[in-house]
Amino acid sequence: MTPTYYLVLSAALFTIGAVGVLVRRNAIVVFMCVELMLNAVNLSLVTFARVNGSLDGQIMAFFVMVVAAAEVVIGLAIIMSIFRTRRSASVDDANLLKY
Amino acid sequence: MHNPALVILVLIPLIGSVAVFSLRQEQAKLAKQLSLAVSLIVVVYTAVVGFAFHTDAHAERFQFRGSWSWIKAFNVHIAVGVDGIALVLVAMSVVLVPAVVLASWNSFDSRSGAEEIVAPGAKQRSVKNYFALLLLLEFFMIGVFTATDVFLFYVFFEAMLVPMYFIIGSFGGPRRQYAAMKFFLYSLVGGLLMLASVIGLYVTTGSRSFAITDLIGKVPDGATQKWLFLGFFIAFAIKAPLVPFHTWLPDAGAEAPAGGAALLVGVLDKVGTFGFLRYCLPLFPGASRYFAPTILILSVIGILYAAFLAIGQRDMKRLVAYTSVAHFGFIGLGIFAFTTQGGTGAVLYMVNHGLSTGALFIVVGLLIARGKSRNVDDYGGAAKVTPILAGLFLLTGLSALALPGMSTFVSEFLVLVGTFTRHKGLAVLATTGIVLAAIYVLYLYQRTFQGRVSEKVAKFRDLNVRETFAVAPLIALIIVLGVYPKPILDVINPAVRATLHDVHQSDPTPDLGTAVGGVR
Amino acid sequence: MTTAHGIQSAAWLLIALPLLSAGVLLVAGRRADKWAHVVGAAVPVVLFGYAVMLFFSVKGEGNREINLHLYSWIPVAGFKVDAGLLIDPLSMVFVLLITGVGSLIHIYAVGYMAHDEGRRRFFGYFNYFIAVMLLLVLANSYLALYVGWEGVGLASYLLISFYYSRNIAATAGNKAFFANRVGDVGLSIAIMIMFAYVGSTSYADVLYGDTQLTKGVATAIGFMLLLGACGKSGQFPLQTWLPDAMEGPTPVSALIHAATMVTAGVYLIARSAPVFDVSQAARTAVVVVGAITLLYGCVCGCGQDDLKRVLAYSTVSQIGYMFLAVGLGPGVYAIGIIHLVGHGFFKAALFLSAGSVMHAMNDRIDMRRFGGLFRVMPITYGVFVCGYLAIIGFPLATGFWTKDKIIEAALDKGGTSGWVLGVVALAGAGLTAFYMTRALVMTFHGERRWEDDVHPHEASRSMTYPMIALGVLSLVGGYLLIFGGGLQHWLTPSVGPSVEEGVHTVSTLVLTAITLVVVALGVLGGWVAFGRKPVPISQPVGVSPVTTAARRNIYADAFNEMVLQRPGQWLSRALVYFDNRGVDGAVTGLAAGFGGGSARLKRTQTGFVRSYALSMLGGTIAVVAVLLAVRFQ
Repeated sequence: MTPTYYLVLSAALFTIGAVGVLVRRNAIVVFMCVELMLNAVNLSLVTFARVNGSLDGQIMAFFVMVVAAAEVVIGLAIIMSIFRTRRSASVDDANLLKY
Repeated sequence: MHNPALVILVLIPLIGSVAVFSLRQEQAKLAKQLSLAVSLIVVVYTAVVGFAFHTDAHAERFQFRGSWSWIKAFNVHIAVGVDGIALVLVAMSVVLVPAVVLASWNSFDSRSGAEEIVAPGAKQRSVKNYFALLLLLEFFMIGVFTATDVFLFYVFFEAMLVPMYFIIGSFGGPRRQYAAMKFFLYSLVGGLLMLASVIGLYVTTGSRSFAITDLIGKVPDGATQKWLFLGFFIAFAIKAPLVPFHTWLPDAGAEAPAGGAALLVGVLDKVGTFGFLRYCLPLFPGASRYFAPTILILSVIGILYAAFLAIGQRDMKRLVAYTSVAHFGFIGLGIFAFTTQGGTGAVLYMVNHGLSTGALFIVVGLLIARGKSRNVDDYGGAAKVTPILAGLFLLTGLSALALPGMSTFVSEFLVLVGTFTRHKGLAVLATTGIVLAAIYVLYLYQRTFQGRVSEKVAKFRDLNVRETFAVAPLIALIIVLGVYPKPILDVINPAVRATLHDVHQSDPTPDLGTAVGGVR
Repeated sequence: MTTAHGIQSAAWLLIALPLLSAGVLLVAGRRADKWAHVVGAAVPVVLFGYAVMLFFSVKGEGNREINLHLYSWIPVAGFKVDAGLLIDPLSMVFVLLITGVGSLIHIYAVGYMAHDEGRRRFFGYFNYFIAVMLLLVLANSYLALYVGWEGVGLASYLLISFYYSRNIAATAGNKAFFANRVGDVGLSIAIMIMFAYVGSTSYADVLYGDTQLTKGVATAIGFMLLLGACGKSGQFPLQTWLPDAMEGPTPVSALIHAATMVTAGVYLIARSAPVFDVSQAARTAVVVVGAITLLYGCVCGCGQDDLKRVLAYSTVSQIGYMFLAVGLGPGVYAIGIIHLVGHGFFKAALFLSAGSVMHAMNDRIDMRRFGGLFRVMPITYGVFVCGYLAIIGFPLATGFWTKDKIIEAALDKGGTSGWVLGVVALAGAGLTAFYMTRALVMTFHGERRWEDDVHPHEASRSMTYPMIALGVLSLVGGYLLIFGGGLQHWLTPSVGPSVEEGVHTVSTLVLTAITLVVVALGVLGGWVAFGRKPVPISQPVGVSPVTTAARRNIYADAFNEMVLQRPGQWLSRALVYFDNRGVDGAVTGLAAGFGGGSARLKRTQTGFVRSYALSMLGGTIAVVAVLLAVRFQ
């Protein structure tokens, strides 16, 4: 098996996610882009696990998924409460933590 | 080596402090009485320990040693013990505390009218916290002098800043926060340099121990030793304040409440000069000798420079703070002259300066509490109205200018004579400082207590019994030690000699042969 | 050197007793107001009684140098100073002078200070003075002497600024203390030199020890001792404090600033005779200082209108004579000491009568406001005349015996310097006669010039009796001291034998005649200038530059102010500025630098999540790039 295709796909997904995080304003979209990046990493982890014939990478991928799930719960809750108070889900509007 | 004598001594004020802290706000009176009782118990206990100290020729250098393992991984011990130098400094510190407690009895009680400084914007301040902090400070002070483990010393050295920070920052004058921050940061910078050196010491000596007795003579000579020396030296020079590291002291001394200032200048600063003798000299003999000329010159500059600054001050507490900087010049001179007379004089100077400047801060505080101003121009003629205060003020002032018959003279002269046998020019320059000392003390006295009585001063109340007893014992002690200093000199002497032995120095012998052609 | 025994072992009481009473009087507070003066005056009388017994006890000894070891004072390695007393002929003379004249002046002060609310405080200070002065003369080492030395400085300070509510008195006190401290620097350096080269500070080791001082060391010690002596004794160039010291109560001027303390410098030099014997240079310096001060005091004394100031300048100049004498060296020391004792008598008498005048004139002291007082105050007048005769050296009065001898010794020095010194001393005698005549005439003769609210009267008996005693001593004391060479022989063990009667540059008879003529001229001059025509009530203006200079003490105060005080203040102010802006500026500047830097850096915290994300990405890429670069280089 050639890992090249998988890795290229992973890189492409990661790039799309990263660019999305950087350019989009809507918090939900940014959030989904973060998920995309995590899944891109998952893909490479699984690929390398397969190449090396060990299960370490796959276990790592599970970890990432669990963390991502937990993160989704907290992240969405935060986005929800911000949206409720400010009537906006734009990340640029929530700059209360500036200097 | 599990002699608990000193650990008990250290713990008494800590327990007292916790007890006072845990009182309720309204129990201010109980807090004062409790602190006074604790501080007096400590005095009595120290006296008992002091009498058990051996001064004969074959006595151990460190006595009452006790050692318990603390951090196993780095071989850090809670190790305590005192030599003559530490013993007299502990004694001086514990004597000063009850005096400070008595002097600041009503200083934070807005109803008493004896409030020292009415700082704008200050809330009703917690009286019991002040006294608890004093006892906490006493705990650290005794700890820092008795520690014989470098790491433990460092911990006490830094921790001591905390109660003092709060004493200045919460109970001080109008610019208290600025002063407290400056004091804290300045000392902390020095402390961190010292921490680096402490670690360096642990690494370079390879003795895998922090015990001072294990480290003496182990630091390899050369550049490393000089750098390690500098780390310690700068920390101590900031603490002691040696010119040019002195500018935090006038601010801190002026803004701190008088009692706090007495302990700050009287005891905390002594840790710096104590550190020179206990750590710099024995651990880094080569570097000490290498840097000694520079330090001596800085000391002499300090003596003259700070004296001139003191003459030019209008703020009484700043003035007293500057006089201390000048006195620390004398102490530095005595230590780095490397003679028994100089060293012994310097240690005695530390003790005397604690008593005398402590008393001076207290009497200045008592005067300020009456006039509610630190500016000398607001006073004048007070001797007519408050003869007891004037008398005590003059006596403490005279002790500051080292009048013979008072113990300050013995120490100052020992320092000068010890310096003279090695460095004639410097000693002569330093001696001219005694004229300046007379000027700043008597000029201050003239501006505050002599002259025509102003309307404001006419309403002053003389000292009551409590206030008198805050100062009088200190002065009595200064006079007694001035007339008969032998007991305390006998305690200091062996320790100083041991220290000089560590630096490989011995006294120059009097010799007329070299003197042909006059005195250079 | 013998060890003290019997009554001699109690000599420490001479110091302890007055110290104790001073402490009691000062600490007891107003409770003691009623009986303070009784205790205060009784103490020196008791001490005098003891001193007389001590004198006879010492006289009975074969070796009259008695050492009394008290305890080990400062033992530090090689530096060992014992607290101990040396009772020898020299210190005995001083002990008798201090306690004797001291007793009389204490008794006088009981009356003089009767209406002063600070009388208790006064006697406390006065007894303290007696204690430290006795310590000064009895100490057996230079360091112990130094304790007394500074102690009398403190006593002098306290008593000059006794009326501290007046700023002028407070300032005068400070001035005295500062000038004394300058001298003390000299003395303490001298002690340091002694320790550095001899290894001890006791008289026994430094002066009579095994190690012979080298010339260089002796010169250094001598000069430094001289500086100390100049400060204490009001000698040039540290003389300006002494006239100002007259701000204190008159008994103080009499006891401290005339009879005893200011002569401590003479004592110091006489005591250190062996040092000055080694160094000719130091000895010359003493002579020069003495000669300059002698003339200075005389000239200034001529220009003063304040009676006490005239006497103060007279003290300055008389101590100049003593310095001249002790500086002339072996054989003349004793003359100097005898002049000192005689001066103690007559100057005390003069001051006490001046005090009596002041007392009678509501504390006014301007001589232009006196005049014709001899009618209302006959006793005071009589005492003043006794002192007057003694100081101008009227035949057979005290000054006659000693001043002539000093002039003679100066001439005997030989060479040009001998002639110069002799002429200076002679001129001084003439000037002394002039200004004393002026003072006498302006105060007691002529018509009355005082204002109507003043009612002069003779003083109470507690004041007049001591005055009379001192007046009598002024007349006959010199004869008693010099009779049969008594005091000279007595002092021989301490300061060496006196000059043998031998060949003089000018024969004694001729010199006495010349001196008398000069003195007579001075008296005549004073009488012609001030006795024959009325004295104007205000100072005449448009006088010669010499008179102006004399009135302003030859600009010594102006000089000090311009050269020391002003630049000192300026330097102090400049340093305060430098410390605040320079040294502290560097510290606070560093802090401000950090503060400013972090203020700039915090601008990067924009609050925009996406810019944080970008910087994270940038950082990650940078790390990866670095890793790759390292990996594949």
